[in-house]
Amino acid sequence: MDLKLGHYNKDGIEVVDVEGEIDVYTAPRLRELLIDLVNKNNYQLVVNMEKVEFLDSTGLGVLVGGLKRVRAHDGSLDLVCTQERILKIFRITGLTKVFGIHETVDGAIAAKKLEK
Amino acid sequence: MATVEVTFTPLPAHVRTARLVATAVARRSGVDEALLDEVRLAVGEACSRAVEAHRRHCPAEPVKIEMTDQGERFVVVVSDQAPTSTAPSATTGAGTGASPGTGASPGTSTGANGHDAGQEAATLVQGADEAGTPAGFGLAVISGLADDVRVSSTSSGVSVRMSWPSAAPAVG
Repeated sequence: MDLKLGHYNKDGIEVVDVEGEIDVYTAPRLRELLIDLVNKNNYQLVVNMEKVEFLDSTGLGVLVGGLKRVRAHDGSLDLVCTQERILKIFRITGLTKVFGIHETVDGAIAAKKLEK
Repeated sequence: MATVEVTFTPLPAHVRTARLVATAVARRSGVDEALLDEVRLAVGEACSRAVEAHRRHCPAEPVKIEMTDQGERFVVVVSDQAPTSTAPSATTGAGTGASPGTGASPGTSTGANGHDAGQEAATLVQGADEAGTPAGFGLAVISGLADDVRVSSTSSGVSVRMSWPSAAPAVG
């Protein structure tokens, strides 16, 4: 399955919906979207990965790159993910300690509001 | 002799095809369903690494995958033909649960299941290049996924050999 991307603003936080496979072929599109959002002054991001079917290190790299960009503006990039197959990749690489990972979009937004 | 051998032009679009083929052959070879996700991801990582190496050094040469059913083991070897000067150092990581760092680029720990994984990851975040992909991340993921991983450099390129337990070969 190809990659489908969408985004919307909720309570001042930009939520990015990702669906499909994030790999060496499709990851550049996600990278471009994250860069575009940051360039438009969106520094509080939530990436919803509940419909992601595949994620490899290229995808992880894009998320890490996005995190670096928002952190440069004192922002944050949190993830929404409950799929074990995806969470396993974050655990293997230790990135569970780098990203805030939540079970729902609302939970991620609520956590960000508490941080403010 | 390989059960299935695939060569493909080093284009990112073909990596998906490669991992789908590997998953199908693994299933056919009797690899447990619970391990197929690991096969898919690990083969994808190995192919992505090879494709990137070819695109930098020899875009006209194909990447090769050999998948072999060895009875109790399903073996996948992904080989590139890129110059070894930029490739990972020759290492071996035999045995169940390849140790963290095995096969990764020099000085890079995989962080797989290690207590320093978070610190490693934080370092990787700082060290990520403009594209956002930390060097050696793919091999780190493979080492954390495959039951057995061996990375070897030869004069003709780098090969990543991975294997998983398999049941008796399917009949018919």
